[in-house]
Amino acid sequence: MTTEHCAVDLGPAAEILEGYPPEEASLIQVLQDVHRAYSYLPCDVLGTVAKTLNVPLAKVFSVSTFYKAFSLEPQGDTIIKICVGTACHIRGAGQLVEELERKLGVGPDQTTEDMKFTVKTVNCVGACAMAPVMIVGETYHGSAKPARVGKFLAEAEVDHAD
Amino acid sequence: MQIESKAAFESLQAESRARHSDAQAEIHVCCGTGCLANGSKGVAEAFAAEAEKRNSNGGPKLVVKPTGCHGFCERGPLVAFKPSGLLYTKVKAAAVPEVVEKTVEGGEILSRFLYKDPTDKSRIEQYANIPFYKHQNRVAMRNIGLIDPTDILDAVAESAYTGLAKALFDMDPDQVIDEVETSGLRGRGGAGFNTARKWRSCKKAEGDRRFVLCNGDEGDPGAFKDRSIMEGDPHSVIEGMIIGAYALGAHEGFIYVRDEYPLAIVNLMIALEQARTFGLLGTNILGTGFDFDIKISRGGGAFVCGESSALMLSIAGKVGEPRAKYVHSTAKGLFDLPTVLNNVETWANIGAIIDKGGAWYASMGTEKSKGTKAFSLVGKVKNTGLIELEMGTTLRHIIFDIGGGILADRPFKAVQTGGPSGGCVPESLLDLPVDFEKLTEAGSMMGSGGMIVMDDRTCMVDVARYFLAFLIEESCGKCTPCREGLRQMLVIYNDLVEGRAKSGDIERIERLAKGMQLGSLCELGKSAPNPVLSTLRYFRDEYEAHINDNACPAGMCRELTAYRILEDLCGGCHACFKACPVDAITGEPKSLHTIHHDACISCGACFDVCPDQAIETFPKNTLFETEVV
Repeated sequence: MTTEHCAVDLGPAAEILEGYPPEEASLIQVLQDVHRAYSYLPCDVLGTVAKTLNVPLAKVFSVSTFYKAFSLEPQGDTIIKICVGTACHIRGAGQLVEELERKLGVGPDQTTEDMKFTVKTVNCVGACAMAPVMIVGETYHGSAKPARVGKFLAEAEVDHAD
Repeated sequence: MQIESKAAFESLQAESRARHSDAQAEIHVCCGTGCLANGSKGVAEAFAAEAEKRNSNGGPKLVVKPTGCHGFCERGPLVAFKPSGLLYTKVKAAAVPEVVEKTVEGGEILSRFLYKDPTDKSRIEQYANIPFYKHQNRVAMRNIGLIDPTDILDAVAESAYTGLAKALFDMDPDQVIDEVETSGLRGRGGAGFNTARKWRSCKKAEGDRRFVLCNGDEGDPGAFKDRSIMEGDPHSVIEGMIIGAYALGAHEGFIYVRDEYPLAIVNLMIALEQARTFGLLGTNILGTGFDFDIKISRGGGAFVCGESSALMLSIAGKVGEPRAKYVHSTAKGLFDLPTVLNNVETWANIGAIIDKGGAWYASMGTEKSKGTKAFSLVGKVKNTGLIELEMGTTLRHIIFDIGGGILADRPFKAVQTGGPSGGCVPESLLDLPVDFEKLTEAGSMMGSGGMIVMDDRTCMVDVARYFLAFLIEESCGKCTPCREGLRQMLVIYNDLVEGRAKSGDIERIERLAKGMQLGSLCELGKSAPNPVLSTLRYFRDEYEAHINDNACPAGMCRELTAYRILEDLCGGCHACFKACPVDAITGEPKSLHTIHHDACISCGACFDVCPDQAIETFPKNTLFETEVV
C-alpha cells in the first residue's frame, strides 16, 4: 500500500510518536495511544510506527495481534463488553451474549453494519460481585439481565447522539 | 513540599491527623468500581454539596471522602459515617439531603438503609457488627475504605509511609530483608514463594542496575483484590516497593497494570505524583540520599502476561511469550538485569510488616502460611465482595458465616479457587483450613484469591470446559503441549456437553492432562489441567452421567437438558412468559403456563425467574423417547 492511497490522517499518530523515545520498549504504549486516538490500529499507522521506532513491521504486527486490547478493524461508535469471567459465566453471561446476538445480529468481536456497536467478550473486569456485568461504552451495568439489554442499547444510542 | 528528615515526616503525619479533628462527622462514600456502577459518584457529589452548604453557612464541619472499595459491593453504594461507625447500604443520591439532616445532624438512624442480615432478617447498624466485616482481619487492605485514595495526606494520617520512614532512618537494607524473613511472608500472586528468599537471591546477583516490579496484571477470572488495592490504597503498594528497592539497592521500578483496570491506573498515577511532591519518591527520598522512581506500564490484555517472564517482555514492548526458567528472573529479568517481581498484595503488606514488625505478622496464620490473605468471594453466595482473613480460616466459615450461605438457600456444590490454574473443592472438604499447602493438597491452589462459590445448578463438566475455552484464548502458542493439548481436550469436552460423549473419554482426558503437566514450558500450561483433574477427582459421577446417560445432572448443559412447568406449583404469575427470549412459553396470567419444546433453547431464563420453583429440568433424551412412542 502506498501513501497516496492512505485513507487515514497520520497527524495524530505523528503527535503520539513524538511523546515517546524511538525504541522498541515504547511499542506497546504507543500502540495503546494510537488505538485510543483512532479507535483501532489502521494499517498505515502501523507502518509509520514501525519506521519511527525502528522496529520491523512484522514485529509491530505480531504485537498488535498478540494483545487483546488491540483491534485491526474499525470499531463501532459504542463498544459493548460482556464480562465472561467465571463469576459472570455461572451467573448467566452467556445469555447476555445471545440476547445481543438476537438484538444486534452480531456476535463477539463483530461490529454492526451501521457501525453503531461492536460486541466484545472480556475475561473478567474485576467486578465479580455484580455478576453478570455488561459494559456499554463507559457505563458498567451490574446484575445485568437479558430483558434489560434492549434498554441499555437504547440508552447508548441516546448518549452517542448527544 | 519536600520532606527531608524524620522529624519533618512526623510533623506531616501529626498535621494530617489533626486536619479533620474539628469535623462533626466524616462521611465515607465508597467509590470502588462496583459502587460506581451503582451510582456512587452522584451520591458522593450530593454529600459534598450538602457539606459545602453547611460549611459556607458557618455550620458544623462535615468531611466527605470518596474512598476505595469497602468490599461489600453487593450492597452498594455504601456510605460509612465516622465517628458513629454507622453503615448505610444502597444509598441513592436523592436521599442524601434527608440522610444529612436526619442522621448526621439529628442522630436519627434511618432503618431502611441499614444492612439486613439475610439469615435472621435483623437490621444491623454498626459497620463492625456486620458478619461480613466482623470476622475480617485487614493488613494488606488496612486503609481501603478509610482514605480518599487521591489524597496522600489522608493516607499519611492512617500511617502510610510510617514503615518507609522506619526502614530508611532506623534500619539498614539487610535488616529490612531480615524483618521480611521473620514475617514469613509468601508471594500473594498465587505460587506462594518466600518473599525474603526471592529478595536475597536478587541481591546476590551481580551488577549495579536492578529493578523492582509490581505485578498488577490480575488476570484470574473471579479475582479482584489487586484492583481494589490499587484503586483504594495505591500508597500501600508504592510504599512497599520503595522499601523493597531500598533493601535491594534498586533505583527503578515498574507497576504493570491490566488495561481493563482504568480507575486503578488513574489512582496510581495520582498517588505517584503526590508521593514525588512530598519527597517520598524520586531523588533524595526523605532527605536520605536514596533515589528510586516508579513508572506505570499498561498491559495489553493478555492473561499470560501475569507470568513473570512474559510480564517482563511485555514491559520491554515485546510479545509476552514466557521462556523456560533455567535462569531465574532474580538474576536475569527485565532487560536481562536482576529483577524482583512481587504481586500487588505482597507489596501492600510490606509497609505494615516493617512498621509493626515481622514477628507481629508471623503471629497470624498457620505454620507455613503466615499472616492474612485477601479473597474475592463471588458466585452463588449471598454476600459477595472482597475480604481479608487470617490464613487457616475454614472454607465453611468463609462461605457460610461471612458469605451468608448460598443464594436462594440452594445446596452448596463446590468452591473454585485459584482461577484457571486452580480447581474445585467439594462439600466434603468445607472444613479445610485455607492456606497454600492445604489448597494444593486438595488439588486446587491459592492463586490470586478468587473464590467462586457454586451451587447445585452449576455443571462441573461445563466449569472445566469453561476454563479450557478460556485458556485456549490465552495460551501464547509457543509450546506444543499447551497449545495443542488444550485444543484436543476442548474437542472432547464439547462432545461431553453436547451429547456426543463416548466411553473412554475420561481416560483420554487424563492422558492429555498428564502430557501437558510434564511437557509445558510455563506454569500456565503445566497448571492448565488442574480444573479438569479436580472436577474429575471429586465429580466423576457427573462426567459419567454425561457419557453413559447423555444427561447433565445439574441441568445446565443445553443440548442435554429440557425444561417443563409443574402443574401443581405454577401460580400463573406470567414471569417466565416475559423472561423467555424466544417466545417458547404460552399461557395467560393466573393460569397454567406451558413450555413448547420445539421452540425452547434450554437457556434457563424461565427457571431463574420463577418465584414458585415450578420449573424443573429433565434429560432431553427422555423427551425424544416419549415423542417417538
